[in-house]
Amino acid sequence: MANDVKPRVKVPKKASAGEVVTIKCLITHPMESGQRKDKDGNLIPRSIINRLTCDLGDQNVIDITLEPAVSTNPYFEFTAKVDASGEFKFTWYDDDGSVYEDVKAIEVA
Amino acid sequence: MMQRMSRTTFAAAAALMLGFGPAVAGPAEDELVVNDEITITTVAPAAAHLEGHLDTVYSGWLFRTEDSRAMQKDDFENPMFIYVERGLEAWDMADGSEGKSCADCHGSIEEGMKGVRAKMPKVNAGGALWSMEDYINSCRTERMGAEAWKWNSGEMKDMTSAISLQSRGMPVDVAIDGPAAEFWQRGKDMYYTRYGQLELSCANCHEDNYGNNIRADHLSQGQTNGFPLYRLKDGAAVSIHQRFVGCVRDSRAETFAAGSQEFRELELYVASRGLGLQIEGVAVRP
Repeated sequence: MANDVKPRVKVPKKASAGEVVTIKCLITHPMESGQRKDKDGNLIPRSIINRLTCDLGDQNVIDITLEPAVSTNPYFEFTAKVDASGEFKFTWYDDDGSVYEDVKAIEVA
Repeated sequence: MMQRMSRTTFAAAAALMLGFGPAVAGPAEDELVVNDEITITTVAPAAAHLEGHLDTVYSGWLFRTEDSRAMQKDDFENPMFIYVERGLEAWDMADGSEGKSCADCHGSIEEGMKGVRAKMPKVNAGGALWSMEDYINSCRTERMGAEAWKWNSGEMKDMTSAISLQSRGMPVDVAIDGPAAEFWQRGKDMYYTRYGQLELSCANCHEDNYGNNIRADHLSQGQTNGFPLYRLKDGAAVSIHQRFVGCVRDSRAETFAAGSQEFRELELYVASRGLGLQIEGVAVRP
């Protein structure tokens, strides 16, 4: 239901083996809490991103549950240890059933 | 009067004793380097016309906390880039009865709009003082056959953000002489005029008391070189005139409207107080 949803991810392109890299990810989303009312007094239905996962290859890096109190355009920053080249896969799950994905490759020298 | 003076003296002494640190002191000592690449001047000697008023001009960025400052050092963390991206998309999108986009006349935004923000507001060919919003709407209504955007609409802020970014790191370059002189003088008169029930002029806070706190707000010099900017308090982009409205309202006055002639003139004068500083493209403030 949410319009204009766009994921963005920042991952270093290169790293050395065993390095701990910082990953930043943001998705534009209104994160409608389900608590607000419109001007006629009707509840505006909840519409949020409820889960974000990040995997490196077949290994899970992080799995986040988002609650309605998380504000518009949720931003997460976390770290991951990389031992070999691979691809980070990011997946956001929307209340409306939509799934948004982004992939970033990292080269380990 | 006596009582007030003694209270002030007491407060000053108490502040010294408690050793209030940099949190409430003047501008921070920090350097603004965006994306580890672009160094932006945040301290400069004041322009000649400010003699007797200010010696040094400081970007508002220096008056913010370390966390807020950090957000502007990395474009990924700067929420304004959501607006910028939308503006860049709109630049290439045809709109209106003529079926034209901005790019059809101006070419790429990187070249066509380079340096534009640094010269705003500016006297147009017809002798009127125009802000960037006026130029955008003039293009939309006259060249594109599209509807004008409202001054503080999302579409307008997307576009002003994308255009402002093209002047990032360029010195503020507003003209204050020639045809601009009379507008500039009126803007200056306004800056030093007390408004509202609290009888505050812009200068009372931003010239006499920058660096001090007004309740919880750390007063800056009120420079406009960072606009349009993301205000964490609003969780949204804020235009220069929108901030003017907020300030005048806070003095408990009836404010001028965003896009009014008064605010265009004030915008010109305030911009000229930032001569020496550089355009921050799109800034982040609390």
